[in-house]
Amino acid sequence: MSAPSSFLELRDLRIHFPTDDGLVKSVDGLSFQLERGKTLGIVGESGSGKSVTSLGILGLHKGGRARISGEIWLDGEELVSASADHVRTLRGKKMAMIFQDPLSAMHPFYTVGAQIVEAYRIHNQVSKKVARKHAIEMLDRVGIPQPDRRVDSYPHEFSGGMRQRAMIAMALSCDPELLIADEPTTALDVTVQAQILDLMRDLQRDFDAALIVITHDLGVVAELSDDILVMYGGKGIEYGTSESIFDRPEHPYTWGLLGSMPRLDRERTERLLPIKGTPPSLINVPAGCSFHPRCEYAGRTGGRANTEVPELIEGEGGHLVRCHLPREVRREIWENEIKAKLGPS
Amino acid sequence: MVTYIIRRLVGALLMLVIVSMVTFSIFFVIPRIAGATAEDFASRYMGRSADAEMIAVTAEKLGFNDPIPVQYGRWISGVFVGSEFDTGASIEECPAPCFGYSFIRRQPVWPDLVDRIPVTLSLAVGASVIWLIGGVATGVLSALRKGTIFDRAAMSIALAGVSLPIFFTGIVSLVVFSYGLGITAPGGSFTPFLENPAQWAYSLLLPWITLAFLYAASYARLTRAGMLETMSEDYIRTARAKGMRESKVVVKHGLRAALTPILTIFGLDLGLLLGGAVLTESTFSLKGIGDYAVQAIVTNDLPKIMGVTMVAALFVVLASLIVDLLYAVVDPRVRLG
Repeated sequence: MSAPSSFLELRDLRIHFPTDDGLVKSVDGLSFQLERGKTLGIVGESGSGKSVTSLGILGLHKGGRARISGEIWLDGEELVSASADHVRTLRGKKMAMIFQDPLSAMHPFYTVGAQIVEAYRIHNQVSKKVARKHAIEMLDRVGIPQPDRRVDSYPHEFSGGMRQRAMIAMALSCDPELLIADEPTTALDVTVQAQILDLMRDLQRDFDAALIVITHDLGVVAELSDDILVMYGGKGIEYGTSESIFDRPEHPYTWGLLGSMPRLDRERTERLLPIKGTPPSLINVPAGCSFHPRCEYAGRTGGRANTEVPELIEGEGGHLVRCHLPREVRREIWENEIKAKLGPS
Repeated sequence: MVTYIIRRLVGALLMLVIVSMVTFSIFFVIPRIAGATAEDFASRYMGRSADAEMIAVTAEKLGFNDPIPVQYGRWISGVFVGSEFDTGASIEECPAPCFGYSFIRRQPVWPDLVDRIPVTLSLAVGASVIWLIGGVATGVLSALRKGTIFDRAAMSIALAGVSLPIFFTGIVSLVVFSYGLGITAPGGSFTPFLENPAQWAYSLLLPWITLAFLYAASYARLTRAGMLETMSEDYIRTARAKGMRESKVVVKHGLRAALTPILTIFGLDLGLLLGGAVLTESTFSLKGIGDYAVQAIVTNDLPKIMGVTMVAALFVVLASLIVDLLYAVVDPRVRLG
């Protein structure tokens, strides 16, 4: 167990929840790295383990029923084995989180300003007056008009976009080095989504933070991410740079995600290419490749997909993929069968 | 906010008017519909020896022959300016606020009620402080330790507390603590607060605890359920993600939200108790509003029953008004409505 050189590194992280029905393997052997100033997009369906991963990094599963193993290295410190109280002191200061639905994620009884002040004062020994000034600055920074007045508004008095801006201001109030955004735009109007994405990109540049964007929306990661991690059934199944994932995706599941994305430049008569079936049970994970029951190409693996769990192997263009299909076969299917259906990208 | 307050005030006033009408109807309109004559009403205020002619004269003098709205108006105006009752033999004074005149006891109801309010007030306020603190604390701890032995034990006791009637727990505790161990005051003791606060607390300790146990039980269950719900809210996760200490998360973010519905019920419970904790007062022989109501009913003294009904209603309406106003302070979203 040696400290890695990267700012954030997960090594074989497993987060399992014992339930009456069995052990839920929400995250089952996840590894990735992230540098300061870079953005990682984590993509996957509901239940793929995206949010559990992010809460796990923040240490929010500690002390609960979750069984956590593996390593989480943040700036040279290992967090899985660290005490809950120590991780708490890092939370909000060194690493912060932006949640999906800002209306339910903010306390309805406290003003937006009070909630930012609270976040700031947990980690900074300053007077309420100083903290309030800081809160107004932060609100101004995230583009809220008349911040000196809006600081005294309640969350329900804000519009959805304003609330998400306030949420971002709260997360950034202690100048975190790692920022995790869990579906930051899912609850917002489409027009507002673009504004929030712009804002996050600007802020990340200014703050030079490492950013993890968790989403099921490939459009969002395309906007923001340097790297993309595709998750399925608690495992990373494809990992690579943003360009390589969009230009040369190698995993059949990623093809499915791309095919499910409505696009304006495609003919209306052409059908979307949805992924068949439903996400796997995290209790009775399918034997072999967990995606094989839904995979159209599982037959071409010579039966290995049904029995053997695929390893994460290096694929085309330096990215990692967890698939039994031989590299040439994957390449051929992408070029000849999928790309043609998706149209020019 | 101002419109909210005005709306609540108007609502409370309206409620009082409706309650007074209903009360009046029960005692003066419904018997009439059922066939009672003016003479029947008057005869209730007179001795058995009164003859028909005397009753007819008294009925006329007390205004039982007037139209119903006039009678109602006279009754209400008594509250504000006082009334006089001409029984034929004498003219009885009932100064404002006149909540009725007991012809049986030959005295107005209000001074009696004023004498008894401190007893009921002491009982209700003292008990409510104990049950609110005890019940909420137990509920919070149970929620945080859900499924543990503490939780199960607390909830079992709470179930027992809800199920056991006060005339059982009250008498058992009197027998054990007052007459057996002699550590609490015997039944029927009451020292006014202003006379001797320590003695006041001593005299009421057992009724307080007995009454509080009954309520604390349901408050513990309510708080537990509320806390379990709020602690799974997204904003609790946000508070934790800020790096806040868990104890602060629980109190400042969890309990704050879970307390609002409890506040509502607390207001109503307190209001109802102020209108007379009938069973508790009877069990501990306390001369409060509830005991007064029992006496009024037993002696079939209608003006007393009406008076105590109105005062009890006043307390409930007042309590719910205060709760409504407090609600706006606690939950900013209410101020919009």
